[in-house]
Formats: sequence, structure tokens, C-alpha cells
Amino acid sequence: MRDELVAQFDKRYLSGAEVVIDFHQSCTETPVTALFGPSGCGKTTLLRCLAGLIHPDRGQIRFRDQTWYSHELNIALTPQQRDIGFLFQDYALFPHLSVADNIGFGLRDRTVRPAQVAEMLRLFDLGGLEHRHPKEISGGQQQRVALARALARRPQLLLLDEPLSALDALLREQMRGELRRMLAELGMPVILVTHDRVEAIALADQVAVMDAGRIEQIGSVHDVFTRPKNAALARLVGVETVVRGEILESHDGLVIVAVGTARLLAVAPLQPSPFVHVCIKGEDVALQKGDVGSSSVRNHLTAIVRAITPEGPLVRVNLDCGFELTSLITRPACEELQLKTGDRITAMLKAPAIHLIPRTHHS
Amino acid sequence: MDWDAIWLTLRLASATTCILFCIGLPLAYWLANTRWSGRVVIEALVTLPIVLPPTVLGFYLLVLMGPHSAVGSMLRSVMGVRLPFTFIGILIGSVLFNLPFAVRPFVAAFNSLDRRLIEASWCLGVSRLETFRRITLPLCWPGIFAGLILTFAHTVGEFGVVLMLGGNIPGRTRTLAISIYDNVQALDYAAAGQTSALLFGFSVVVLCVTQWLSRPESLR
Repeated sequence: MRDELVAQFDKRYLSGAEVVIDFHQSCTETPVTALFGPSGCGKTTLLRCLAGLIHPDRGQIRFRDQTWYSHELNIALTPQQRDIGFLFQDYALFPHLSVADNIGFGLRDRTVRPAQVAEMLRLFDLGGLEHRHPKEISGGQQQRVALARALARRPQLLLLDEPLSALDALLREQMRGELRRMLAELGMPVILVTHDRVEAIALADQVAVMDAGRIEQIGSVHDVFTRPKNAALARLVGVETVVRGEILESHDGLVIVAVGTARLLAVAPLQPSPFVHVCIKGEDVALQKGDVGSSSVRNHLTAIVRAITPEGPLVRVNLDCGFELTSLITRPACEELQLKTGDRITAMLKAPAIHLIPRTHHS
Repeated sequence: MDWDAIWLTLRLASATTCILFCIGLPLAYWLANTRWSGRVVIEALVTLPIVLPPTVLGFYLLVLMGPHSAVGSMLRSVMGVRLPFTFIGILIGSVLFNLPFAVRPFVAAFNSLDRRLIEASWCLGVSRLETFRRITLPLCWPGIFAGLILTFAHTVGEFGVVLMLGGNIPGRTRTLAISIYDNVQALDYAAAGQTSALLFGFSVVVLCVTQWLSRPESLR
């Protein structure tokens, strides 16, 4: 018995959109996988196919030693036969049932049901709410009830559809940490769908980036978000600066890259190529006014501030330093620097923070 | 007051409502959930009695049930039943004629149900039938009940189909609506007025109940 989930299938929609999936997940090593991508990329289709709520047109889905779907063998298990837990985006709590009845809904054995429900109420810190209806509890509590309901049957696989998107921003931040803790304690394979980068980073061990119906890159959270495979993926995972560059010289594993009129020192890409896409994340670009002095940071670029846009706790600063560079700094840092549009400033950038993706001359 | 007519009308309305509950509910559930493209034809057929003059439906049913049609003669020779001018005859007409008044509210109720609640129940391992009993029915109940009340009320007042199929046989096919017509024909305005007042009051009560059922709180 191989302890993994295998999904290889395609599904075509009447609109012409096609989802082609080749996905493997070990159930032991990387318990939490995030399917990350823009809306309409097929991540929800994959999740619903895994749940058995829809069926692919061709291919197969296997979980451990069970075949859940096989076009060839004419097998298509219903959701009831798959033993999964599914957390819906807006939780889909049954409005006519109390919290306790919601949690116990799928428990068949009436004799142990009250004890199991009590156990879930305790685990999810829902004591005292068992007789309330879903409308009468807060969004965070609703999410815990939905999770408790999905886990009460001790499923083999947990599927989460945008688990935090129904919460308001403040609560979302709190619940992110709490959910991560709960998922880690479960030790069961989890697949979650999200279009939020922060959510994927906070919750997952492994990320599958999806675009236009295909899984484009799959790897650790760090790899996917800092080492995207191509320029399109770099933009998709939210790398702020993706520009074309040309390698001028190369020695000791380091390269000098010409970007616009600027020169950058970077770590050489794995595949040697004179033409590259230069990817720089906004949070890796530090800003300083006046004399920089000595520092271990190799790249010091003289830049002019083009635009300053507050984004929550951070401020996005668009710079012109021979190419367009975006920096993300905290609000206090921005105030300390007294940044104004048109200011002359030094942008500092560590060499390892620059990710180079080989490209052909014209791409 | 024509007690025979009241009793007959109540029997006809109750039987029609019960039958439409049994066949209308599955039909409506199927209509609300199927993605089959032929659905529109079935929907149109179900809706047809709303626009079709009752006498037209009555006429076709009369011809179909009559001894000269294949169906009518077969029923008579094989099962020994004669449908025209009998209670069963007007019951069949009444069921067909009331189909839209039951099925359309049912479909609306099923459509207004969040599909994810059903999927959530399936994902919790609960079978389709159990899900229908534990989720769909309790949440769609106000809409289903409204459909049943409309059906009942509509049957009580039905005239054209009953007259065409059943004629005017006291105790067998003479319902309240026909009794009013009969009274007026006989220039008995007092009796007609009494029966009319009864049906008027009944209709107001029915409307109040359906309004009350469709208030937002009862839908949760």
C-alpha cells in the first residue's frame, strides 16, 4: 500500500475551459498542501473532484489503497463512500440545527454520539454554545463548528475550500495561527484551496501553484514563492518586480546582471543562460536616505521615488533606479524616512534575494 | 347550505393535495436538480394548465376517458371502471389541472435551498435520501406547505374541469363552485350568496396563511 494521494485526470467544461491535473501527495511527509492560484484556475475543480462532488471526464484518483475514481475501471465513488472531511468556503452550517446537532450530523452511532460531540465541543473550545443556532454565533465560532463537524467522523483526508475568506480581516489574522496549530495537531493529510498568498504561506507545508487549469509548480512554500519556475509564475505568486536582464560576467557562482541601466550582483542561476528574468520581492528591498556607510549588502542602487501607496501595515514604494523596482517597507520605517515622491534614495538589495530565471533572447 | 357539496369538495381537495404531495414532490425535486436539456419541455407541460382554459383540458380528458377512446375502452373492459362523471374522473382532472400550483412552489423552494448544504451533508457520509429528509424537507417546508395550501384552495374553487368531466351529479360530482352556478341557474340567489360568502372567507384565510408562511423568518 502506497501512502499517498494520486490524482491524474482531466475535466472539460462546456465553456471550453479544461482542467488537466497530475497531482501526487504523500500522506505522511507533507501533510498540508495548498492549491494556490487566481480564481478560475481550476483549484476548486480539483478539490471538488477529490471530494467526489463532481467527476472528471478521464483519468483516475487513488487514495492509499482505494480507487476513488477510474474512468477505465468505471469506478466513481460518491462523497459518502470516500470518508473525507470538507470545509466549505462559507462553512455551509445547517441553519435549522443547533451547534451540537451540526457537529453530530454525520455520526451514525447514536449511543456514542453525545460523547463524541462533547469531545469535539471541548477540542474546538465551543463549550456553552451547543444549543445555539449557527446564526447566533460569531464568524470565528462558525468556522470552528464547521471544522469540528468535518472532523467529528475522523476522516482520512481533510479538504478546505478557502478556509479563512469568509472572516473579516482582523479575525482572519487570528484564525490563521489557530488553524495552522489545529492542522498540525491533526497529523492527517490536508488539501486546501486559497487565492491568498499569506494564507498559503501560513497554513501549508507544500504549495501547488495553478494557472489556467494546470498545476504549474509544486514544491515547498519557500521554493514556490521565492524560486518561481518562470516569469509568469513569479508574477502569479506575487513577486513585485519581474524584469528582463542580461548576464555580463560570471565568476565563483556569482554573476553581474545588467537590468536597464543598473548593474546587480546576484547568485548564478542553475542553468547557465545569458538572458534572464530578474525577480525581486518587495520585502527584500531596503531603503535608506543619505550616506549608506559600510554594509554586507552588495547592491546599492540610487533611486528616485515614483509613488508611495499604503497597503495595510506596509507601504509600497515604486522606485526608478534604472529599471522599475518595488519596495515594501513597514509604515513606521516609511515615516522615519520621511519619504516623498521625487526623493532621491538608496535601495539596498542582498545578492541571494535576487532570483534569476533563464529565458530565451526574445521571451 | 349544500352539505353534500361541501363534503364532496373537501374530499376532492384533500385527495388532490395528497396525490400532488406524493407525485409533485419527486417531480419538483427532479426538475430543480436535473441538468437534462429536455427539462424545459417537462416544465412547459407542468405549467400548461395555468394558461390552458380549464374547459379545454376538461374536454380532452373527457374524450380520452370516454368509451370511444382506446384508453377509455381499455379501462372499461379490463378494469371495469368508467371515469367520466365519477369522483375518480374529476379527481384525475383536478390533479392534472393543479399540477403547476403544487410543483412550481415546490421547485422554487428547492431552488432557494443553498446547494452546498446538501453537498455538506453528502460529504459527512449521509445518504441522498437521508439528506432529503434531514436537510431539504425541513428547510424547504414553508415553500412546500404554501404549495399544498394553494393546491387545496385552487381545487375548492375549480369549476371548468369538474363541469366538463363530472357534470353536475349531487353527492358525486357537484362541488361548491358548481353548486353556486346551479343555484344561480335556478334563481336561488340566497343559497348562491351563502356558498359564495363561504368560499370568499375561505380564500382570504388561505391568502393570509400563505403570506404568513412566506415571511422571511419562516424561511430562516
